[in-house]
Amino acid sequence: MSNAADMPVLRARGLRKEYGKGLGLVRAVDGVDLDIGAGETVAVMGPSGCGKSTMLHLLGGLDRPSGGEVSLNGRRIDDIGERALARMRRTVVGFVFQAFHLMEELTAIENVELPALLAGRSPRAARRRAEELLEQVGLTDRARFLPSALSGGQRQRVAVARALSNEPLVVLADEPTGNLDSAATLDVLQLFESLHGSGQTLVIVTHDPRIAATADRLISMRDGAFVDETRLSGGTTGQLGALVGLED
Amino acid sequence: MQQEVVLAMLAKEPSHGYQLRARLRDALGPLGDAMNAGQIYVTLTRLEKAGLLAVERSAESADRSDRKVYALTPNGQQRVSEWIAEVSWPRPDLAEFHLKLVAAAAAGLADPLTIVDTQRRELLRRLRDAQRAAMAEPDRSDAALLLEGIVLRLQADLRWLEACEKTWTHRRSGS
Repeated sequence: MSNAADMPVLRARGLRKEYGKGLGLVRAVDGVDLDIGAGETVAVMGPSGCGKSTMLHLLGGLDRPSGGEVSLNGRRIDDIGERALARMRRTVVGFVFQAFHLMEELTAIENVELPALLAGRSPRAARRRAEELLEQVGLTDRARFLPSALSGGQRQRVAVARALSNEPLVVLADEPTGNLDSAATLDVLQLFESLHGSGQTLVIVTHDPRIAATADRLISMRDGAFVDETRLSGGTTGQLGALVGLED
Repeated sequence: MQQEVVLAMLAKEPSHGYQLRARLRDALGPLGDAMNAGQIYVTLTRLEKAGLLAVERSAESADRSDRKVYALTPNGQQRVSEWIAEVSWPRPDLAEFHLKLVAAAAAGLADPLTIVDTQRRELLRRLRDAQRAAMAEPDRSDAALLLEGIVLRLQADLRWLEACEKTWTHRRSGS
């Protein structure tokens, strides 16, 4: 790497995660190499149990690898202490989960400002940032609602706003539309498209081809390893004509 | 472009070729870019020869090269009515892809899962294009509705590919 601009935001080498031992040994993640550049959206697809969620947890420091390295902006996170890791998770990474994981007793805006407060921002700055983010996800008028009063799609948009609270280097999303109906999926999809447009680095683990199709790069995973990797950008609407019978 | 489509798009009122093309472009949105203007004029000529269209030359635009005004003949109107009432639906060629996987596996020509991956890649590219194009269209426009249809069909195809992946993975590990 010649300079900082070329350095991947997220880098993994020989990443492994194993459970059990002997005959019961499960290689959930089995030697993954990955470089995610700044501003890139990367989707990881694969059948249930292929290890994609486990990999995402290793990348975000939610879980420790059995072997291999993970670096964020050039800094190793696989071998740092618990406290440093917790701080890193709070400030450098944003997580979005399938089941939203919002605090049910906090309002939407309180959920969004929480990570900023935990990272030591002033209440006033945290509130201002949360207001901006709720506007960005189109939920200004729901700021004082509890999660239970919001639809699934709205809850996930609050969760995305929360993930962005500390301007993370990378947002890691684990099946972000797994619990959503088709209309709510479209909302989240548009939100990811706009994040992508604003240069946010995103890694999305998903079953949903519509979400995967927003990515620049698609990785297919099977049995804990990458089996296929491809760029999705660069198609043309001309090819779509054939799908509706416009080309003879 | 199918003859009946061209005929039906002229059913509203007698029109110049450029008016017909503008109507098609509005209805198709970005997909209309793939439309071949020359092909449409060839179709118009065929329809005229078949007696389904009649051509008038308009005096008011005598200076234009595109002076012809196309109008449906009674036979043309009859054909459009029949076409509207017809039930037809394009058949996606699933059997060809399916047999490709079966043949590749049986003869050891290629790993069916690799073929599935390649196909998925291509469909996801198209899905990405269709979604982007759909988001750029105004809500409830003709073009947005067509693009939604494309998105839904691609999703169905991708779900089938998922089923193919599951079955062929199972077969591979079972054998």
